[in-house]
Amino acid sequence: MYQVTLPRIGTATAWRDAVRAALAAQVPPERIAWHHGTAADSLFEGAPLPPCDRPVKVSRAFVELADTVIWHADPERFSRLYILLRRLRTQPGLLSDRADPQVAKLRQMEKAVRRCQHKMKAFVRFRDLRPVGPDGGPAPRRSFAAWFEPTHYTLEPTAPFFARRFADMDWVIATPDATAVFENGTLSFREGAPRPDLPEDAAEELWGTYFRNIFNPARVKVRAMTSEMPRKYWKNMPETRHIPELLATAEARTREMAEAAPTLAPARAARVRDRLAAPRVEARMTWDDLATRAAEENRETPEGYGRLVLGEGPPDARLMVVGEQPGDVEDREGRPFVGPAGQLFDRCLAQAGIDRGETYVTNAVKRFKFTVKGKRRIHQSPDRADIEHARWWITREIELLKPALVLGLGGTAAETLTGTRAGILKRRGTVEDTRYGPVFLTVHPSFILRVREADRKVEEERRFVADLEAARTRLDQLAA
Amino acid sequence: MNIMARLTLDRKLAILSDAARYDASCASSGTSRRDSRDGKGLGSTEGSGICHAYAPDGRCISLLKILMTNFCIYDCAYCVNRVSSNVERARFSVDEVVTLTLEFYRRNYIEGLFLSSGIIRSPDDTMADMVRIAKRLREEEHFRGYIHLKTIPDAAQELIDEAGLYADRLSINVELPTDASVRTYAPEKDPATIRRAMGGVRQQREARKEPSHRGKRPPCYAPAGQSTQMIVGADGATDATILGNATRLYGDYQLKRVYYSAFSPIPDATAALPLIKPPLAREHRLYQADWLLRFYGFGVDEITSARPDGNLDLDLDPKLAWALRNRHLFPVEVNRADRETLLRVPGFGTKTVTRILATRRHRSLRYDDLRRMGASLKKAAPFVTLLDWTPGGLTDSAALRARFAPPPEQLQLL
Repeated sequence: MYQVTLPRIGTATAWRDAVRAALAAQVPPERIAWHHGTAADSLFEGAPLPPCDRPVKVSRAFVELADTVIWHADPERFSRLYILLRRLRTQPGLLSDRADPQVAKLRQMEKAVRRCQHKMKAFVRFRDLRPVGPDGGPAPRRSFAAWFEPTHYTLEPTAPFFARRFADMDWVIATPDATAVFENGTLSFREGAPRPDLPEDAAEELWGTYFRNIFNPARVKVRAMTSEMPRKYWKNMPETRHIPELLATAEARTREMAEAAPTLAPARAARVRDRLAAPRVEARMTWDDLATRAAEENRETPEGYGRLVLGEGPPDARLMVVGEQPGDVEDREGRPFVGPAGQLFDRCLAQAGIDRGETYVTNAVKRFKFTVKGKRRIHQSPDRADIEHARWWITREIELLKPALVLGLGGTAAETLTGTRAGILKRRGTVEDTRYGPVFLTVHPSFILRVREADRKVEEERRFVADLEAARTRLDQLAA
Repeated sequence: MNIMARLTLDRKLAILSDAARYDASCASSGTSRRDSRDGKGLGSTEGSGICHAYAPDGRCISLLKILMTNFCIYDCAYCVNRVSSNVERARFSVDEVVTLTLEFYRRNYIEGLFLSSGIIRSPDDTMADMVRIAKRLREEEHFRGYIHLKTIPDAAQELIDEAGLYADRLSINVELPTDASVRTYAPEKDPATIRRAMGGVRQQREARKEPSHRGKRPPCYAPAGQSTQMIVGADGATDATILGNATRLYGDYQLKRVYYSAFSPIPDATAALPLIKPPLAREHRLYQADWLLRFYGFGVDEITSARPDGNLDLDLDPKLAWALRNRHLFPVEVNRADRETLLRVPGFGTKTVTRILATRRHRSLRYDDLRRMGASLKKAAPFVTLLDWTPGGLTDSAALRARFAPPPEQLQLL
């Protein structure tokens, strides 16, 4: 029989050394008696294991499991781990077998330790040791201490968490089995000690105030509280002393709220309401004003541009369609969406079940931009300046119409409405929230006209119709 | 001397935490990893959040959840802080919020700050004050814990943009499940404005993910994402409406969470919205359904089509209710079914399913194996077959529902 005594501090490292030796000497598990902390009362005769420096390869998963389970309070844990380790030599995949009773038991212990660690991170309560420094001002480096009673030996594996979190102060966490001390950035451990006398801390009063007031007396759920914050932790948590009173008065407080007669609003309320209700100082525009303004603009046309074409459609339309800019035909007729792309759009719109008569159609940029080649006027893409120039007009149209959904066709519309035209093919079919309200993006119908191959054209047209259908569904949802 | 100066810090904390308790969100998880090992700051965040205490209402206390002020110029019927309410008012100074946060944090009471506010003067002024507090915590006090800022939807986009540089999470409440009820009960709020602000946060988050032309990463923007909350039970919206709206919100704004908050009695309530007992069971079922939508591959229709009124069954969890209505799909052979099918078995969680799939490579599973893997066999047994278990007629038995639903209440004779 071998006797192995593992120290209270540094248990994990000591255990690893011991199993390395035991594996090398091929000691069967039943021939090792494991002890933790103090050496065994020598009821049984036994020798220590022969030392061994040879490294032993084990899977990472086992090391993680062992490094956690080692802190469990169950005295069996050392031999359980050793038994599993021996089995792993012949069955390397064993750890992923959750149904194996030995693995399942160790996983369960691992879970218990992790929960215990988590509860320590949550429920340790520090008290301020030196609220004021030697000269009466605040201490240069703050110093705190806490007393905590974990279920398992979890202080050592959990203390680094506190070191990462509270690095700019000194602290001590004392538990019955060990004490962690963090001083000037260095973490060390000492043997456990009885509960120290910690000074009163005024912050606990404030914390209690918070705890009492964040509680909602109308929704008492004691089981939900105690399952996550078991009673065994309560004695070291200052806020828990308020719980009995909170529970005792909850019902009466809720009843009072329900029975209280509605009160008259304070005088302040009327003043605030008047202020909010005061009309905003801004000139109210009408559709007629907008048309008049457009007519004025159209008295002269800048070089290389057509006339200013406003949108058209019923003033109560819920869907607004925004294209790029008027084309040659639109410019001659003074109406949007009547050229080849407009006709394709009408056809697709009908296929998607949207009534053009209930839709307001317009363009992001209001004037046809072109260069003259022979007798023909060739379309030029609007640039940033054109977009910004036209923004006033589209903004007024949106303000007047208040559409539920804006359908933006192509890059120029996307840039006007969302600020960027990048990635339009990826963004098509999605709704983006903008300062103009929800905007549904898709491609411009002229994109389909430009596709040469017949079958791709059909496919693109089909996708476009699908986008329009999605926009219609969206519109219906917004109405719901 | 004005009235405010006479309130002690303790009294202010009482008023302004009382006013904050109706916000359900308390998450402190999922943000970027930070610590203070360099000794120059305070605090850390490591992926999973920590609940530092639980109140007797069963809610966790992870963050110091307070209002900057409960003065408010809006008149939302469901809100304790509305302008027409006679509750006592208070306002924290920047120093007070900073001190409370740091001193509570140092004693390990909290993970960080959740700051919300009533609207004072104007939305922009209020938002600017909140941003100032967050900035002070980060830049002067070098606080590396968690900060959640409740964003005011009407505030200028630049302020919301700045808020995301200091906060881990931003949230904007949609308040109620439908636009119509927002207009009725929160007359000063505009649902479109709320959505626009959420869209703005999403755009910022996405824009900041792209490295610049020199390959430099821009500073993190609200690394724990954005969330929202809607009040359940104040208006007539059905669960189908609520979950449909939530699904849209998750998709459109890439929300991390939608919180459902059972409408709960408030002090000095308005006559416009009579107080009820908070529908806690309904709230719970909505969260369960929310999980099924996000992690179990269910669609809204599948979950809410059970009852003609579009509400969830309060007696049964939504997955069990779905399974009882779709018994033709069961029993499932656990040793052969794919992940999607296993996820639909009542009593199996995502972890159990992962374990089943891993263990199946070693052996064929038996009844006791499932128990060891964490499945709830009370629920699962009628819906699965295993090497040594078959439910026989149980799956289709008419009494199956009665096994799970609470017994009908006995009526009293007069």
